[in-house]
Amino acid sequence: MSTREHILAAVRTALKDAPAVPDIPRAYRQEGDLNAQERTDVLVDRLEDYKAGATVVDEAEVPATIKGLLAGAGSYVIPAGLDPAWLAWETEPSRVTYDGGRHGARSVTELDATDAVVTSSAVTVAESGTIILDGSPDQGRRAISLIPDHHICVVRSRDITQILPEALRRLDGTRPLTMISGPSATSDIELERVEGVHGPRRLDVIIIRQSGNLPAS
Amino acid sequence: MSRTALGMPGLRPGSGNLFAEEKFPSAARRELGNAQLRRNLKHATSTIRTKRLNVTGELPDWEELREAGSALKTSVMARLPELLEAFEANVTARGGTVHWARDADEANRIIHGLVKAEGVDEVVKVKSMATQEIGMNEYLEEHGIAAYETDLAELIVQLDHDKPSHILVPAIHKNRTEVRDIFLKEMPGVDPGLTDEPRRLAMAARAHLRAKFLTAKVAISGANFGIADSGALSVVESEGNGRMCLTLPGTLITVMGIEKLLPSFSDLEVFLQLLPRSSTGERMNPYTSLWTGVTEGDGPQKFHVILLDNGRTNALADEMGRSALHCIRCSACINVCPVYERAGGHAYGSTYPGPIGAILSPLMTGVEAEENGSLPYASSLCGACYDACPVKINIPDILVHLRGKDVDAHRGGLPSQLDVGLKAASWALSDGRRLGAVEKLLPLGRAAAGKDKKIKKLPGIAAGWTQSRDIPAPPSQSFRDWWAKEHKES
Repeated sequence: MSTREHILAAVRTALKDAPAVPDIPRAYRQEGDLNAQERTDVLVDRLEDYKAGATVVDEAEVPATIKGLLAGAGSYVIPAGLDPAWLAWETEPSRVTYDGGRHGARSVTELDATDAVVTSSAVTVAESGTIILDGSPDQGRRAISLIPDHHICVVRSRDITQILPEALRRLDGTRPLTMISGPSATSDIELERVEGVHGPRRLDVIIIRQSGNLPAS
Repeated sequence: MSRTALGMPGLRPGSGNLFAEEKFPSAARRELGNAQLRRNLKHATSTIRTKRLNVTGELPDWEELREAGSALKTSVMARLPELLEAFEANVTARGGTVHWARDADEANRIIHGLVKAEGVDEVVKVKSMATQEIGMNEYLEEHGIAAYETDLAELIVQLDHDKPSHILVPAIHKNRTEVRDIFLKEMPGVDPGLTDEPRRLAMAARAHLRAKFLTAKVAISGANFGIADSGALSVVESEGNGRMCLTLPGTLITVMGIEKLLPSFSDLEVFLQLLPRSSTGERMNPYTSLWTGVTEGDGPQKFHVILLDNGRTNALADEMGRSALHCIRCSACINVCPVYERAGGHAYGSTYPGPIGAILSPLMTGVEAEENGSLPYASSLCGACYDACPVKINIPDILVHLRGKDVDAHRGGLPSQLDVGLKAASWALSDGRRLGAVEKLLPLGRAAAGKDKKIKKLPGIAAGWTQSRDIPAPPSQSFRDWWAKEHKES
């Protein structure tokens, strides 16, 4: 008998009383009730609570906002699929490295020597201030949004849901997913929260204001 | 001090660190002597209790989420064989390798073999209760492999050659000044001017571990959730050390208890709301990672998951106790427990302290193992743990159930003082005349109490009662005698 069979047999023996499989009561909220503006307001409040930067702008203001946030960065990395219009202002191409697609993967050492990263995002939960990356071409592989110390992340307001169940329904659970709620932090010393440990110590979120109402999730 | 008293946890063949090495009351008595420990715990647990109540109170559907979480876990246990098989098939289909381990020894041997195959002598680690439970670090060390803890609190404990005392905040028993002193003494290349400001301490840990993360070839993690219908795994963390370990090394080894499964990805909508709010008292923890097998071009290209039994099927076989396996390791029960707040985590011996540990350890090992039969008594049955538990594990009921098992385990052989005492009480209390005769002895107790009318020390096992309190002298006569006298006179 293999170890596998041994364990499965032990599990079956342990369940010889054939316990009933209960129905799952899903009386918790499945949909939020806030409008787009309210969702954005809640998200900003949560991000600020986490000590992340939050700026709400029109689509046209995104490039200038990114430019401002990158002012102090000597170098930054962007995923190959990021909207090139967002970085059209860049006059020093040596500051930029690309990762993914035809550019290939930057090494860990290169990323460690890079000051910042700019990514898009898949979906965001307002109520818990959680931005979710799913590795799409405009977000890149997980390492690029992890190693540089400053993460600038763009969120479209049509991708902001109020609660988690709405957000998970929009995602493919087999992709590598990273849920980010503020900069890295620890509460390990006297349970006091301190922002900034191994992950990016600075997180700036640019929220693109959109007119009209959101498509239902 | 806890460190000198306990040292490193001993490795036991078979099932690892699931044992109370001494009876809880005597371990607790020693820990209670440490006033600094009690101050640290009181400060930390009261902070976290307030935070938890704030963030659970703001959700209008908190109770509904708890109901769903509880039912989902009940369903997982009832369907465990099919879910395990589905999980295994899905991980394999997505390029991962599944291993099965009956106990700590088997798990450690598998891990050692996998690390050796990569030709390295060091690994980085994400904080994991499963690897703590199996004593993996000690096993690897004995076999020439250094396992570096990367969670801040685990790092503090590891540098101090101490053992964790809490499942979420393993160094909860240390205050900031003690942490600073440990870093100054044990952390190579640390700034000698390091202050005890938590921010500075966190930065010191960042600098210390950075090179390790960037060069490690192998990482080892636990898992908060395994998703049966996709083979995905999830790690919930705060510092980014988890992301580093799960993303950068070429090989990832994940150790997961067989009870950690959820049927499907959408069930995370319940548990990712319950867990962070119950554990660190945050609306969401900074980072949650999910991955499924191997993703080409992103993250580790070799992935192994070890499904660990190590006593979980023992717990599952206990119809009354199996819901202890619903535990999502949030530590809410620990943070509200008045016994834990005073005795601290080391008094429980096992990797799992506090109310959940007092049921989980004996359920996994059997109440007869070492001193684990003493753990279900480490409670006043106040029920705060049940109220706090996000998946509604009825810890007080299971504690009582396990006390019953402990009593049953000691039947037969020479009757104990308790047996004799209870027999005598049963004899006396079952007949009014017998009770009357016994009550004639009350003046004896009065004489023993002396002038201040207090008995300070009872004999035999009754001494436990007077250990921390006096009992008042008995009255000079019983009610029965008084009644008889009164009615004779009138």
